[in-house]
Amino acid sequence: MKTLSIAVVGSGGAGALTTGNLLLEAAARLGCYGIQTRSVGPQIRGGEAAAMVRLSDEPIDCISDRFDIMLAMDWNNVHRFAPEILLDENSLIIGDPAEGEVPPALTRSNPQRREVAIGALAKQVRKGRANMIALGVIAEVIGLPDAAVIAVLEKQLGKKGEEALLSSLDAITAGRAAAAGIEPRRLPVNGSAGTAKWIITGNHAAGLGAIRGGIKFVAAYPITPATEVLEWISKALSRTGGTLVQAEDELASINMILGASFGGQPSLTATSGPGLSLMVESLGLAVSAEVPIVVIDVMRGGPSTGIPTIAEQSDLNIAVYGLHGDAPHLVLAPNSVTDCVATTQWSVFLAEALQTPAVVLSDQYLGQARCIIDAPQTLPLRGERLLATDAGGERYQRYAVTESGVSPMAIPGLPGCQHTADGLEHNPIGTPSSTAADHQTQLDKRQRKLTQFDFGDRWADIEGDGELAIITWGSVTGAVREALGRLRAEGGGGIRLVSIRLLTPVQPERFAGALAGVKRVLLIEQSHSAQFRHFLAAHYRLPEDIEILNRAGPLLFRAGEVYDRIKSWSGV
Amino acid sequence: MSSATESKLFRPDVPRLDGIGDLLAYALALEVEATERYAELAELMATHNNRDVAESFRKMARVEQLHVDEIRKRIEQSRLTDLPTAHFRWVGLTSGPESTDPADLHYLMTPRQALELALINEKRAHQYYDTIATSTTDPEIKALAAEFAEEEKEHVALVEAWMEKYPEADEDWDRDDDPPVLQD
Amino acid sequence: MSQTAEAAAPVTLTPNDYKSNIKPIWCPGCGDYSVLLEITKALAALALRPENVAIVSGIGCSSRFPAYSNCYGFHGVHGRALPVATGLKIARPDLTVLCTGGDGDGFSIGGNHFLHACRRNVDLTYIVMDNQVYGMTKGQASPTTDPDWDHVLMPGGTGTRAFQPLVIALASGANFVARAFSGDPAMTTDIIIEAIRHPGFSFVQILSPCVTFRPDQREWRNFVRQAPVPETNDPSRAARRIMSDDGFNLGILYRGDRPPYRISRKAEFEEVTAIGKEFLV
Repeated sequence: MKTLSIAVVGSGGAGALTTGNLLLEAAARLGCYGIQTRSVGPQIRGGEAAAMVRLSDEPIDCISDRFDIMLAMDWNNVHRFAPEILLDENSLIIGDPAEGEVPPALTRSNPQRREVAIGALAKQVRKGRANMIALGVIAEVIGLPDAAVIAVLEKQLGKKGEEALLSSLDAITAGRAAAAGIEPRRLPVNGSAGTAKWIITGNHAAGLGAIRGGIKFVAAYPITPATEVLEWISKALSRTGGTLVQAEDELASINMILGASFGGQPSLTATSGPGLSLMVESLGLAVSAEVPIVVIDVMRGGPSTGIPTIAEQSDLNIAVYGLHGDAPHLVLAPNSVTDCVATTQWSVFLAEALQTPAVVLSDQYLGQARCIIDAPQTLPLRGERLLATDAGGERYQRYAVTESGVSPMAIPGLPGCQHTADGLEHNPIGTPSSTAADHQTQLDKRQRKLTQFDFGDRWADIEGDGELAIITWGSVTGAVREALGRLRAEGGGGIRLVSIRLLTPVQPERFAGALAGVKRVLLIEQSHSAQFRHFLAAHYRLPEDIEILNRAGPLLFRAGEVYDRIKSWSGV
Repeated sequence: MSSATESKLFRPDVPRLDGIGDLLAYALALEVEATERYAELAELMATHNNRDVAESFRKMARVEQLHVDEIRKRIEQSRLTDLPTAHFRWVGLTSGPESTDPADLHYLMTPRQALELALINEKRAHQYYDTIATSTTDPEIKALAAEFAEEEKEHVALVEAWMEKYPEADEDWDRDDDPPVLQD
Repeated sequence: MSQTAEAAAPVTLTPNDYKSNIKPIWCPGCGDYSVLLEITKALAALALRPENVAIVSGIGCSSRFPAYSNCYGFHGVHGRALPVATGLKIARPDLTVLCTGGDGDGFSIGGNHFLHACRRNVDLTYIVMDNQVYGMTKGQASPTTDPDWDHVLMPGGTGTRAFQPLVIALASGANFVARAFSGDPAMTTDIIIEAIRHPGFSFVQILSPCVTFRPDQREWRNFVRQAPVPETNDPSRAARRIMSDDGFNLGILYRGDRPPYRISRKAEFEEVTAIGKEFLV
C-alpha cells in the first residue's frame, strides 16, 4: 500500500479546509482512495485550522502515522497541531518566510524545509487567495494534473462565477511556478484510476443507510458532532416522501420518533452523548411499548460536555446498560465510514423486524471524516414490521405471546385493533398489569425477540486465522486492519481480527466460533476505563491471556502504533 | 354532598317542543343517560369494592331501563320518524335531569347516601316533566308529559321506601385508616 | 331547555363506542370520570371513527386515560406526551390526535414541551385535567397549586407562584385556549368538540377536582361560571381577560386564526435508489 499524507494549516479565514477538500476531490478523480480529517481551534470563526489529507492506492480507514507534506499559510497557534501532524526527517514543511520562523514544536524531528512566499504571491494575483496558491504548490509537488484541479474547481466555485474561477486558476498557476524546484512526492494512484469513487462522511453515510433502510420520519435536535446526519437527511427525506421536524430538545426528539413510529413510520434521530443521556428513559419506553426506533449516537469525548469535537468510544456503557429495568435492545457499531451505510441500514431493518430500539454507535472520527471510497454496496435490507391486518374475530392482542416474541403490530387507522401502547407493564392485550406472571411473560417475550433472531454473519467482521486474535469495535478497526495488513505484507500472519458490529444482543456461540483455537487476545479500544474490555468479560468467554490497548480521546489510534504494539505483543 | 347538587344543578327550564316527537326524543335521551350513568357508577363502585352501593346503582339502572324500554315502545307505536337524534344540551343543567353527577360519589359512601342521590334525580325528573305539562298548550304533549311526571313521582316514592331500609350513615362513614395508594 | 340537532350527518356512533372495557382506577368522585364521558361524547358527536383517533398521554392519574378509551392509545413516560403526539400527528396527519394529562405532567416535567407545542401549532388537541395536585404520588403541590397550600413535602406551602397555563398557552402561540369544568359535561363536551375542530394547537384546561387530596375542590362547582364575555380572536384582549380572571371563568377564551404547522411531504417522491448520487465524484 502506498500512501501520501498532506496537512494544510492556516488561520484567520485563510481557507485551509477548503484546500484540503479540493485536494481530496481532485485525488479521487484520479482514482485515489483517501481520508480527510480536520483539527480546529475553539474559535467559531477565524481560528486556526488544519486539514489533514491522506491518500492511498488502497482503501483506507485510518489517519496517518506521519505526514509527507505540511504546508502552512501562517504559524498562528500551529503548535497545537503538533501532536496530530507527526513529522520526521523525510517530511517536508513548506512555509511562508514572511510569516516568521517555523515553531520549534514542528522542527524537533528535523523535517526538510522549503519556503514559498505564499502571501506575497496571492497579492500578485487579482483577487488571489493564499489557499489557492497553496493548492497550486501542493498540486505541483504531488503531481496532480491541471485537468483534475480545474474539474473540482469548476464544481466547487461554479456558483461564484467565472471571475472567481479565473482568479483561482491564476493563483494555482502561480503556486505551481513557485513550487517548481521542490522535490516531488508522488500521488499513490493505482490501476483502478478512472473507476468512479464516492466522497462521503460517516455522518452522511449513516444518513444514507437510514434512507436505504426505509426511514421516513426524523426528529432533530442539533448537537456536535451529529448535526450533519440530521441536516443531510432533512433534504433526503424531502426527496423520498418523509418528514423531519426540529424538536425543542432531545427528550422531545426521541418521543417524537416514538409517536411517528407508533403511527407506522420507520423513525430515527441522531445525537451525541449528552443527548443520549437525556434519551435513555424513552429508550426504555420503546423497549416496553415495543415501538421500533433508531438512535444514532455519534460519540464524542465525555463525560458531561466533555470534548465535543473529538471521538471517543466511551458511550458503550450507557448504550448497553443505561436503561433502567431489564430492557433488551439493539446496540450496533459501524467500523468504517463505508460501513456507516450498511450498519445503519441494518439497524433500521433490525429495529423494525424486532420492534425494539436500536442504538447505532458511530463516533466523531467516522462521522466527520471525509473519505474516498468505492460506491457502497446496496443491501436488500429494508425495514419491515410484522403488521396486524385484522384481529381475526378475536380481541386484538398487541403484545401477543408468540414463539418468536414478535407480535403483529396494528397501526392506527386499522379498525378493530385499537390498543394502547404502554410503558407500564402490561398483559398481552396491553392492559396495565403488575402481576408476576404478566411481568415474567412480557420480559421473556421481549428477551426472546432478540435471542431467537438469526443475526447471521454480519454480527462481526472476522478476518484471518491463527492462535492470536485482536478484538476491537467501531472506528478503531480501521487502524487495526491497516496494521495487520502491514504485518501480513511483511509475511507475519497468524493473527485474527474480530471487529464486533452487533454489540447487543450478545452472540456467545458465534463469538466462541470466531475465537476457536485462539490462545491469546489483544483488545483495542478508545476509552479510558476500558469499557469494551469489561463488556466482553461480562458476556463472553475469553482466553486467560489478555492484553489491552486502550486510551481516551482525543488522540486517535494510528496504524503505526497499533502495528508496533501487535509486534511486541505477538512476537511476530 | 347532595346539598350542593340540589342548589347548583336543580334549575329546570321550559323546553321548546314542537310536537310529541320532540318530547319523546327528550324523554328517551334523559332516560338513556340516566340508565347509562347508573350502570357506570355501579361499575365504578364495584371497582372500588363498595358492593352495596354498586348494587343500589345497578338496581336504579334496571328501574330506568324499564323507562327506556317503555319510551322506545311508544316511539315505535307512534310510528314517528326523524326524531331529533343529535347531541342534546340541557339548559341550566350540567347533565340530564335524571343523571347523577359523578363528583358526588365517595368510595365509602353508604347505600342510603347513594339512594339520596337517586332521590334527587327522580325529583328532578318529576319536576322536569311537570314543568312541561303545566306550561305547554299542546294537549298531546300535556297528556304525555303528565303521564311521565306521574311515573317519576312513583319512582320518588319507590326510592324513599328503599331508603327507609337503610340506616343513616354514621358520623365517621368516610373513615379509612389506610393511606391512599401510590401508583405510577 | 333547548336542544340543537346540529349534526346533519346521521350519527351512528355513541359515546360507549369510544370506551374500553377497562375499569378506571380513579377515585369515585374524581372529575376525570366526567372528562372521560365528555371526550367520548365529543368524539361521538364528531362521528370520528375510533380507529382514526389516537389519544396520547404521559404519567399521572389523568394520563391513564388512553387505556380507558377504545381509540388507539399511547401511554408514554412522564411529561413527554406532547412530543409523542406531535410526532404522531406529523407522521400521520390523517389521524385525529388528542393529548390528555394532568397539571404536573404538562406544566412541570413537561413544561418545555408545552411552550413549544403551543409555538409549533401542530393540529392537536391538548386536554389537561387540572386538579392542582400530584394525585398519583399522594398529593404533593403541582405547578398550579396555590403557594400557601400545606403539604408534608413543603410544609406551609411551596411559596411559589401558581403557574398560569392559559396565559402561557396564549403567549406561546396556542391557537385555541379554553377553560372547562369536569362537572359541566354539556359545556365541556361542546368545548372539546370545538377544540378538535379548530385547526392548529388547541389547549383546553379542564378543572377536574381531586376528591382524595383536594376535597376542598368539591366546592369548585359553586365557583365556576360561564365567562361573562364572548370568545375573541384578539390575543391582547384574550390576554387581559385571562390574566385578570379568578381561574373560574369557563368557555372558549381565545380562538385564533394562525395557520397550523405545515407538514410538507411531497405526494410524488423519488425512489430511495436515487438518493446518494451526490456523493459520486
